[in-house]
Amino acid sequence: MGLTLTWLSIIILIPLAGLFLKTLELSPFQFWEILTSRRTLNALKISFGLSFAAACVNLVMGTIIVWALVRYRFPGRRIFDAIVDIPFALPTAVAGVALTQLFAQKGWLGAPLAELGIKVAFTPIGIFVAMVFIGIPFVVRTVQPVLIDLDPEIEEAAASLGANRWHTVFRVIMPSLIPALLTGFALAFARAVGEYGSVIFIAGNLPNVSEIAPLLIVIRLSEFRYADATAIAVVMLLAAFVIIFAVNRLQRWAQTRIPAH
Amino acid sequence: MSTQTSFVTQATALPAYTSTTDLAISPPTREARGRARLAAASKDLRSEPGPIRFIIIALALSFLTIFVVLPLVVVFASAFSKGVSAYFAALSEPEALSAIKLTLLVAAISVSLNLVFGVIAAWAIAKFDFPGKTILITLIDLPFSVSPVISGLVFVLLFGAQGYWGAWLQAHNIHILFALPGIALATIFVTFPFVARSLIPLMQEQGTQEEEAAISLGASGLQTFFRVTLPNIKWGLLYGVLLCNARAMGEFGAVSVVSGHIRGETNTMPLLVEILYNEYQFVASFAIASLLAMLALITLVVKTILEQRLDEEQTPKDDSR
Amino acid sequence: MTIEVKNIVKKFGSFAALDNVDLKVGKGELLALLGPSGSGKTTLLRIIAGLDWPDAGEVRIDGEDALGHGASERHVGFVFQHYALFRHMTVFENVAFGLRVQPRAVRKDEATIRARVKELLDLVQLDWLANRYPSQLSGGQRQRIALARALAIEPRILLLDEPFGALDAKVRKELRQWLRSLHNEIHVTSIFVTHDQEEALEVANRVVVMDKGRIEQIGSPGEVYDNPATAFVHGFIGESIVLPVEVTGGSVHLGGRPLNIAAEGAASGASKLFVRRHDMQIGPAGTGSLEGAVRHVRSFGPIQRAEIALTDGEGKTVIEIDAPRDRELQAGEIIGLQPRRYRIFAAQE
Repeated sequence: MGLTLTWLSIIILIPLAGLFLKTLELSPFQFWEILTSRRTLNALKISFGLSFAAACVNLVMGTIIVWALVRYRFPGRRIFDAIVDIPFALPTAVAGVALTQLFAQKGWLGAPLAELGIKVAFTPIGIFVAMVFIGIPFVVRTVQPVLIDLDPEIEEAAASLGANRWHTVFRVIMPSLIPALLTGFALAFARAVGEYGSVIFIAGNLPNVSEIAPLLIVIRLSEFRYADATAIAVVMLLAAFVIIFAVNRLQRWAQTRIPAH
Repeated sequence: MSTQTSFVTQATALPAYTSTTDLAISPPTREARGRARLAAASKDLRSEPGPIRFIIIALALSFLTIFVVLPLVVVFASAFSKGVSAYFAALSEPEALSAIKLTLLVAAISVSLNLVFGVIAAWAIAKFDFPGKTILITLIDLPFSVSPVISGLVFVLLFGAQGYWGAWLQAHNIHILFALPGIALATIFVTFPFVARSLIPLMQEQGTQEEEAAISLGASGLQTFFRVTLPNIKWGLLYGVLLCNARAMGEFGAVSVVSGHIRGETNTMPLLVEILYNEYQFVASFAIASLLAMLALITLVVKTILEQRLDEEQTPKDDSR
Repeated sequence: MTIEVKNIVKKFGSFAALDNVDLKVGKGELLALLGPSGSGKTTLLRIIAGLDWPDAGEVRIDGEDALGHGASERHVGFVFQHYALFRHMTVFENVAFGLRVQPRAVRKDEATIRARVKELLDLVQLDWLANRYPSQLSGGQRQRIALARALAIEPRILLLDEPFGALDAKVRKELRQWLRSLHNEIHVTSIFVTHDQEEALEVANRVVVMDKGRIEQIGSPGEVYDNPATAFVHGFIGESIVLPVEVTGGSVHLGGRPLNIAAEGAASGASKLFVRRHDMQIGPAGTGSLEGAVRHVRSFGPIQRAEIALTDGEGKTVIEIDAPRDRELQAGEIIGLQPRRYRIFAAQE
């Protein structure tokens, strides 16, 4: 026990405490000034905004993928099921260079898209693509077990009560999946906000346009502007805490299924 | 009997979709059509009409192919774009070799430390109740949800030149940042949750009865652990170690912040991928990347096997409930 | 509303879940499908509801071909063993569901739906739970809500699959009587599936005994209990003493010794003698066709249950009998036994 706590302190608590202590060295005014500087604000907007958009896409596509994997039998199903985990397992730097290569102007997908006048790599769209890539397993893997365990009887009950398939899917099944869907969404969003490796290659990293918050932290560090780096980090850390908290509440809600009044 | 059979074959050939309004036709037709439709639908009350099913599968598979399969294929295609010899030449560069060595070393250190402490943490959480348990669980989960860049940053703040202990470390000529210890610490930080997380649910499910039985039979604490607890969790443990190792070898953001990018010294494989890519040495960059991608694929395969093992071990328990 | 099932066959792989089943259910009946697990009773119920599909045969509800319609078009109320309530909806919304998903042309207005739901919740005596969620209810309450939900669509028939199977013994007894009186009130043609003979005999006005995908007997509770049609029914309903006997030309032999009972038309050959525990008449040693030593006696209530080792040569056959307490039995005592009522079936199984 004591050993665990000591180790946990060394590895996690002390470093985190250091981060907050560093922030306390800043006056609230300085803190506010750093955060509201144009470049910081834009980086946070880009990170949070695109992460939200990517999580939305993941929510929709993740649901479709889960549905196909759980409800239908088709050749290659097991392989595609395993493939969903690749964004989890592939080192982010590898994902980053691969996505860049794929969507660069001469890339396999970049070239046809360029002909349509769509530029993905080195634009905010590129960031969005990388975030979609990194987030998809979160939605699939949180919703999948819930859909598998969903009692087939509730669908039969709905049918025997006269509901057509549309009603059964959207009034009975989907509402049952809501806690899992929201959890998957939150996890994908959190991951996208913090993501660094798979994004920076494809992002272009133009300040105010395609520069994400984690990259700005790294840049501030390399400029030895520790205060700036710390302030941004604290905001992101707080966001992460809020998301963890929300996810925990969602999980508890899913277990009891009694909505908070 | 024979009419029924023919309905079934007929129905599978027909598109199964008909709206309810179609039913208002003269009785014999209606009945025949209803039968045909239902014979098909009856195969699975809980399924959708054929065309919708097709669209959903097509959407799912094309999305996964574009966003997941293609990036993976690109890695290998680019790595071998100049032929096999260029590929192996890139891998045998001294810089590449030193990165591989460093990555293996860092993974060995962080996996073994997290293995030991992950097991202890999981044991403490799963088998005992104590105040602050939920806080402990949250702390263990934290590295999962924190940006890897922040994970690196916290160590810079502690050990960096301007950090809390930077001056002291410099005076005593101890190198943590931009050296192996820093890289290892950052890696341990980001991989901390894997072992503990994969063991906690397993240990909780198994409860404490077997341990209590062992102790009542006269086994010591350590004997109980090695003879009762450990065999029960071995697949879960392997699972955690596997994921921990994959992340340790592939970690980029946190390591990037603390490494200092000293060529041939503090570059791990993911960092070298970045450097080579930015220098337009695409074959070399993707050659290293392909090794990491292989690692990911092997990890996935072993993970799938382990998950089956874990499932099998849990099934009989489910039955007896 | 009547239900007619003709020549239904249903196979799962090579296993015949239903093997040529015929059944007619009259208007307003409360019918029990009774049988051990795997007897096909639930499959039959699901086929009537449209949740499963037969390989061959016909289902008619009110003379109309039901197989031409899916579950959602049959207007059949179905109550599941594990309630299958929608967890994300309140009790009220659960009951209202069937009314809300009706095609727009026939859908009632909100006020009518509310009134109807209220009426149903009153019927199942749970109107005070309207705004709760299913997870906040007890098992018995959930099952009553499931029943109210099924009744909301004004079903032509009501099907209940092991409705009390997931409840504990006390609640189960209460709900049985409640279902019985509810049926008296609303009189909708109902079929319920159960493996619990006591439940079937107590609640239903007709009992269908099933085994291995076939109907063994259809009759009133009294008939299936007192006049079992087959060896299976005799063994499954009520507790029976079963003795292996040999029938030769109208006389019955046990272990080579003739018994003083008539074969009652049973064919010659190896057979089984079935006697209810309480149908064994006790007399002094030497009277009756059987003789045995009392090994153990337990008395409770009006009866005494005795374990008796028959002196059938090797003394290895042990039977249990229920006797009134007017003559107290003693362990070690030798007594004579005579079956008052009995049945003899050929011993194929």
